[in-house]
Amino acid sequence: MKKNIKFVSILFFLILTFVVMFKGLDVSKDYSNEKLNSKIDFSFTAKKLFNDEIIILEDLFDQNGISVVNIWASWCVPCREEHKFLMNLKNMNIQVIGINYKDASKNAKDFLNLLGNPYSDIIVDKDGTKSIEFGAIGVPETIIINGKTNNIIKKFIGPLNTENVIEIKNLINETS
Amino acid sequence: MKHLKILILVINFLLNFNLAHASDLDLRVEQITKNLRCLICQGQSVYDSQSDFAISMKLVVKKKLEEGKEEKQIYEYLKSKYGEWIVYEPELNPNTFLLWSIPLILFIFGGLLIVRKVSIK
Repeated sequence: MKKNIKFVSILFFLILTFVVMFKGLDVSKDYSNEKLNSKIDFSFTAKKLFNDEIIILEDLFDQNGISVVNIWASWCVPCREEHKFLMNLKNMNIQVIGINYKDASKNAKDFLNLLGNPYSDIIVDKDGTKSIEFGAIGVPETIIINGKTNNIIKKFIGPLNTENVIEIKNLINETS
Repeated sequence: MKHLKILILVINFLLNFNLAHASDLDLRVEQITKNLRCLICQGQSVYDSQSDFAISMKLVVKKKLEEGKEEKQIYEYLKSKYGEWIVYEPELNPNTFLLWSIPLILFIFGGLLIVRKVSIK
């Protein structure tokens, strides 16, 4: 009897451990914060890249529609890769707001002069704190925001590709 | 020689005095950032890391403290931006119930074993 109890309890413990570990395999670490319903507070100010004008972010974002935000830097190699896809978005008449992340303004301007400027507006994030409001962890990142609720509805971490561009276009068409 | 010794002592004292004077704000930033996971350099806390993300995060925490936010409010803010994963200490919810309860169960189980062993003797 005593032996049985010992055996059963060890078996139970092993099965429990197995189940916990096995379940853990399924847990994906998804860093996109789409599901968090995080609201962005647009009431802070930022400087524009080209004319040094200081604006409140609210004025930049479409309060009734969808806004596309792209966080980039001239020193970031994947940003160079995704640049042509941002130009595609521009050619589709989709406005992209750029956040220039921890960059020297001269380098940023040179980058855009060389490759073209896909952004409707660019704000400067010298110390990276503004990107945190958008829940960003690095560059490049593209964030789609619903202006009515100020929620992030979609987030692309890393450089965009053709599929992402189509997805962004569909998202905008769906909601407008 | 004696003068030199005194001078060294004085300099040493002043340096240490500066160190002890680290502001209360910095200490609170340190305390909070030690409990934040650096999302791009896992295994390190935001406090330990020198990545761009961690440096900005420290600034944000400092700014929030200066605005008069409480520690708990800062955690809530960051959780709303990055999810619960950003904080090292997991919340007690149905998903983490087992995690929190297993030590307690083992403690009770172990206690029972000891009691039984003692009473058999």
